[in-house]
Amino acid sequence: MVHVLVLWLAVCLSGTWAVDKGNFKTCDQSSFCKRQRALKPGESPYRVLLETMELTNTRLTLQLINDNNKVRLLLELYRLQGNITRVKINELKPLKPRYEVPDVLVREPPTEPLSVLSQDENGVVLSLGAESQRVIVSARPFRLDIMEGHNVLMSLNSRGLLAFEHLRMRKDTFSYKVTSTVASVWDNIKRVFSSQAEPEAEKKDEADPANQAETAKEEEEKVEEGMWEETFKSHSDSKPNGPSAVSLDFSLPGVEHVYGIPEHAEPLKLKTTESGDPYRLYNLDVFQYELYNPMALYGAVPVMLAHNTKRTTGIFWLNAAETWVDISSNTAGKTVFGKMLDYVQGSSETPQTDVRWISESGIIDVFLMLGPTPKDVFSQYASLTGTQSFPPLSSLGYHQCRWNYNDQEDVRSVDAGFDEHDIPYDFIWLDIEHTDGKRYFTWDPHKFATPKDMLQGLMDKKRKMVAIVDPHIKIDNNYKIHNEIRSRGFYVKNKDGGDYEGWCWPGSAGYPDFTRADMRAWWASMFAYDQYEGSMENLYTWNDMNEPSVFNGPEVTMHKDAVHGSWEHRDVHNLYGLYVQMATADGLIQRSGGVERPFVLTRAFFAGSQRYGAVWTGDNAAEWDHLKISIPMCLSLGLVGISFCGADVGGFFKSPSPELLVRWYQTGAYQPFFRAHAHLDTPRREPWLFGPENLALIRDVVRQRYTFLPYWYQLFYNAYRTGEPVMRPLWVEYPQDPATFAVDDEFLIGRDLLVHPVTDEGSRGVTAYLPGKDEFWYDIHTFHKHNGAQNLYIPVTMSSIPVFQRGGSIIPRKLRVRRSSSCMEHDPYTLFVALNPQRTAEGELYIDDGHTFNYEKKEFIHRRFSFANNVLSSVNIAPDAKFTTKSWVERIIVLGASKPSKITLRTAGE
Amino acid sequence: MSGQYLVLLFLFGGVFSVEVQRPRGVPLSKRPLYEEDKPFTCLDGSRTIPFDRVNDDYCDCQDGSDEPGTAACPHGSFHCTNAGFRPTFIPSSRVNDGICDCCDATDEYNSGADCQNTCRDLWRKEKESMEKLAEIAKEGFLLKQQLIQEANRGLEEKKSKLTDVQNSKKDLEEKVEALRMVKETAEQPEKEAKDRHLKAWEEQKAVIRMEKDKARMAEVFLELDGDGDGFVSVAELLSHSELDQNSDGSFTEAEAQELLGGVDKLDTAGFESIWSKIKEKYMSGSNTDAPAPVEPPQEEVKEPASDNDSEPYPDDDNPEEEEEEEDEEDDDEMDDGDYKSPPPTETHEKKDDDEDGTMPPYDEETQKLIDAAQKARDEFDEAEKSLREVDDNIRNLEKEISFDFGPSVEFAYLYSQCYELTTGEYVYRLCPFNRVSQKPKYGGSETNLGSWGKWAGPEDNIYSVMKYEHGTGCWQGPNRSTTVKLTCGTETVVTSTSEPSRCEYLMEFTSPAVCQEPPPMSQEPPPMTSDHGHDEL
Repeated sequence: MVHVLVLWLAVCLSGTWAVDKGNFKTCDQSSFCKRQRALKPGESPYRVLLETMELTNTRLTLQLINDNNKVRLLLELYRLQGNITRVKINELKPLKPRYEVPDVLVREPPTEPLSVLSQDENGVVLSLGAESQRVIVSARPFRLDIMEGHNVLMSLNSRGLLAFEHLRMRKDTFSYKVTSTVASVWDNIKRVFSSQAEPEAEKKDEADPANQAETAKEEEEKVEEGMWEETFKSHSDSKPNGPSAVSLDFSLPGVEHVYGIPEHAEPLKLKTTESGDPYRLYNLDVFQYELYNPMALYGAVPVMLAHNTKRTTGIFWLNAAETWVDISSNTAGKTVFGKMLDYVQGSSETPQTDVRWISESGIIDVFLMLGPTPKDVFSQYASLTGTQSFPPLSSLGYHQCRWNYNDQEDVRSVDAGFDEHDIPYDFIWLDIEHTDGKRYFTWDPHKFATPKDMLQGLMDKKRKMVAIVDPHIKIDNNYKIHNEIRSRGFYVKNKDGGDYEGWCWPGSAGYPDFTRADMRAWWASMFAYDQYEGSMENLYTWNDMNEPSVFNGPEVTMHKDAVHGSWEHRDVHNLYGLYVQMATADGLIQRSGGVERPFVLTRAFFAGSQRYGAVWTGDNAAEWDHLKISIPMCLSLGLVGISFCGADVGGFFKSPSPELLVRWYQTGAYQPFFRAHAHLDTPRREPWLFGPENLALIRDVVRQRYTFLPYWYQLFYNAYRTGEPVMRPLWVEYPQDPATFAVDDEFLIGRDLLVHPVTDEGSRGVTAYLPGKDEFWYDIHTFHKHNGAQNLYIPVTMSSIPVFQRGGSIIPRKLRVRRSSSCMEHDPYTLFVALNPQRTAEGELYIDDGHTFNYEKKEFIHRRFSFANNVLSSVNIAPDAKFTTKSWVERIIVLGASKPSKITLRTAGE
Repeated sequence: MSGQYLVLLFLFGGVFSVEVQRPRGVPLSKRPLYEEDKPFTCLDGSRTIPFDRVNDDYCDCQDGSDEPGTAACPHGSFHCTNAGFRPTFIPSSRVNDGICDCCDATDEYNSGADCQNTCRDLWRKEKESMEKLAEIAKEGFLLKQQLIQEANRGLEEKKSKLTDVQNSKKDLEEKVEALRMVKETAEQPEKEAKDRHLKAWEEQKAVIRMEKDKARMAEVFLELDGDGDGFVSVAELLSHSELDQNSDGSFTEAEAQELLGGVDKLDTAGFESIWSKIKEKYMSGSNTDAPAPVEPPQEEVKEPASDNDSEPYPDDDNPEEEEEEEDEEDDDEMDDGDYKSPPPTETHEKKDDDEDGTMPPYDEETQKLIDAAQKARDEFDEAEKSLREVDDNIRNLEKEISFDFGPSVEFAYLYSQCYELTTGEYVYRLCPFNRVSQKPKYGGSETNLGSWGKWAGPEDNIYSVMKYEHGTGCWQGPNRSTTVKLTCGTETVVTSTSEPSRCEYLMEFTSPAVCQEPPPMSQEPPPMTSDHGHDEL
């Protein structure tokens, strides 16, 4: 009886709080995924027509033929600068062009020469630059192997799961019959005249008439349900272009750990997917999302990293359509004992991970980033899609948000509350209720009657505000923004050519076609101070609901047969959110004449979104597991270039216990984007509402955040320059220590701070893994020194935040915490010099004005500090840069040194 | 500058200005602790440093006492003299942060912030508003005195009324008791007479029934005795398959014989002995007009026929009715159950009539007794009702008298009043000590924002906040509740409402009842220039 009761309770609870999974497709419910996943490995119908090979200096092309239907594909292979190989596969002669993702690559990637090493009837061997790397193209069946020395780094189509659904005419319609007749006549005419053009191919085709007949027959049979029309729940997808999916498999020998492909509420190390659904990449507004499953969330970055002790590589699958990623591993099922047995007995089987990407439309355009180090992969990916935008310093401070601050008085009193309780903050946020009836770019005439007064009040305190601007536009003839978009024809169209209409916060809404450059330019112009009434230079922007969220659409998003110019929404879906943030960030830049850095938060994202601002992990909940998952979710984003990541502190849905809230502040204070946020229906939770003890704990940790701002800022400068993540998994810095490979309950900030947040209720201690043989780690609170390469048990109280500074590092901090980061601009630095066993240390300091693009004009200070032989010296590592600061170094704290008898100070020139 | 990192800047050597001789940021009271030319001991005694390290923009003391005038210490504080206004302390972190905090602008001496001395302005404004407030407080306090008087008068009235009512209650109680006696005395003979009458009628009914049964038995015998030989035989019985004993659908000879008690045939006397076994199942052969039901257990027999008449109701109600008679005394003030059907006793009796003829009317004697008893009952009920009303009255009075209307009963006048505020969308209604509600201006139903909970002000001022709780529930949220903040005013008005957190409402409410006696107003700024005068040496 007890069991029954418990079970019933569990069902009941999950029914109330978990996501309604039925609203979202499984692979089986997505016809292309089901179709593709049903393919059996080892039966690849693709063959290389070696005679079609063309090699210019930097580009190799080859034709592939599908022996089942004779459709030809064109394979392009490029060697890109920086140890990247690009493989593109498209139909040789598609019925109509297939979508190739624009605006994600920062430029046409520069190439390097390729050369043929050898060639025979089985294939071709190419040399990839200087690093003794080769590509082996096998002809029958088609397969690519990338080798370094004797090691295979990566194989493509090794399992024969390449699939390319060619565009075709629909057979059950009249137009098809006519067209196909005409086409076949035309083909015959063409054959007569052009037989010289493709002699080989012709021969082959003709030599195999039986095969051809069979193919035709097979094709007839292959018209499956869901190819030309598909329904999900009450929504139907007209699919006028029919099936168009693409798919390819990759084998990663020697690899047991793969990471990336955010956004999923999943651990850092990706799991194998054979027993369930593949990881799905399809930007969706998931209400009350569930943890630990591969369902799609708000954003998608189709980048996977693979790592073992010898090498890190990456796969960037540049496709913006709905995508599913299958992962399998030959060691996944093995127990630790089994693995040991293999090791002892010298088992023949090397571990291997197989990955398979399936996208609904577009082409195959994949970048193989060959490392070999984690940082090489970051820089390779950055060379393709750019780096993290360098945010204004203030945006690294604390953000206070809630749905909603009710009116100007509410904003004023919350602002005053922070002063009264002496807690610093930089930004206060306004959610959708601030607008006049969810018309973005407007203000509620009663609650926010004088926005400029409000903004001025914040500016007087050197603080800022963020107001939400969502991409759904209320259909209302009295709304300027709507009228302009409609009259300019800027709305996304429905399949019948009218303006697409969906249901969102304002009721019936249109969706601007952000894929259009002219639309984005217009949108950006709306942020000009004279257009966006009530805006001032300390007002920044938040783009929510940009998946896009359509309350009455299939899977709460836009219909796939909606139309963006010559493309379907199907082709561009995952890119929509990136464009929204791009246009908004441009708007903020333009309003200041290109002087000021923008700050824009987005919920939806894609590869390249790092260039436009910050992201957060969407509508989480006030639960301990949601606090835990914030770590791997942001780590995964960091690995694929998006460093400016955070989760709603406190949890969006539901109401946190004071303990959970405090622990979340302690965790959030050490994550890149630090914002508290709460749902409209939750009780207020400003830090002072939980009694003096909790207030003191929260105040203390927010202040800790502010002391580290110089370090955060320097790390973001580094991320902007190199693409290295700010918040990092341990394995990135300790790539040869397998103990770090799956760690995701702790993380590094840069190289030098290790954080193990307390994420369990009632916790009395945590066990942190301190990596690095021959390293020291210093507790930042007590300065206690611990040895590396150990699991350290740390007893904790409510005030504990286990954070360690790496021996060998120098971290600049500002200990004079003030009301906001801007108030601290001219304050002096304290250098924390933590010595390693060799009694040396190194660190950097970066200073600029904190808010303009003048750093691009070399207006900054960048210095390196080194401590060795008891001398701390400072070197200018940007001698061509100039900047003047009023700040100075007021204090140097050396950890791990004994008390000196004498200290001398020497300035340059003496 | 970019090369100068390791230079510690000492901004304030000799900056202890001509104007202020004590170190910057030190209140006059602590002046003696900062003696120039003597080593400085941190005020927590933790450390002693040369005096030139006081206010050198580097923090030496844990307690921040060596940097009263700079932002160097994380936990220090800065004293604003604020001549012309009120001196105050601000956290050291607000010194030179570019934001003007002290009205005398002394906190921003090196930040470039353009701060004006606003102390006199502030003082003027404060004085004005203090005066205004004092005026209100004064007036309000007078009103409050009246309210208190009225309330006390009202209280006295109520108390005396209570005493009156309590006395009248005693009389009433006695009356009720007396009437009860009368009633019971009258009911006893009534009951006996009725019982007699009923018993006689029952006996008569039994006789009638028996005769009917006999007649029917004879009728059946004749029907069964098809050959008219004066015997009912097995064969004759077999034509009536409804008599099948084991209901297996076939009525066999053996069964028929068994029914006849093992013999082949029975005469009338013998038939009488088995009549009870067959009479219930037996159906008339011709079966046209036979009103089969014979026996008292009519319910069972009737059931198949009575599919949609009101049969079930009396059944259901009967037990309830009995209870009701016992409970009647208690359940009156609540709106009496429309869920209860009128006493169905009579229906019941009528039904009896249908079956067995009409009970004859009571004889005159009995009827008289009944009438007398009914009168006694009515009088008793009437008296009892009055008693209940008096009880209600007492309860209400006691409740009101015992209500916490503040230390001087000054809030009593709010009792049973309501105050409204109309906003853009809603009409808010505060009925103090009762409930708060919200009604859409343009139609729609009222929402309960909470019922009277308690006084909820801070310990030293508990009567400054009212809390109304357990209002209508919110989707995925708590029940609505309202906090009412009371401030001194000459009028009793709801001045604002808001919903700071979902379903948690805040109301501002002015009332003279919260006005305190204003202290005598000083005409001069409280601190005045003492700081100025002395220490500018």
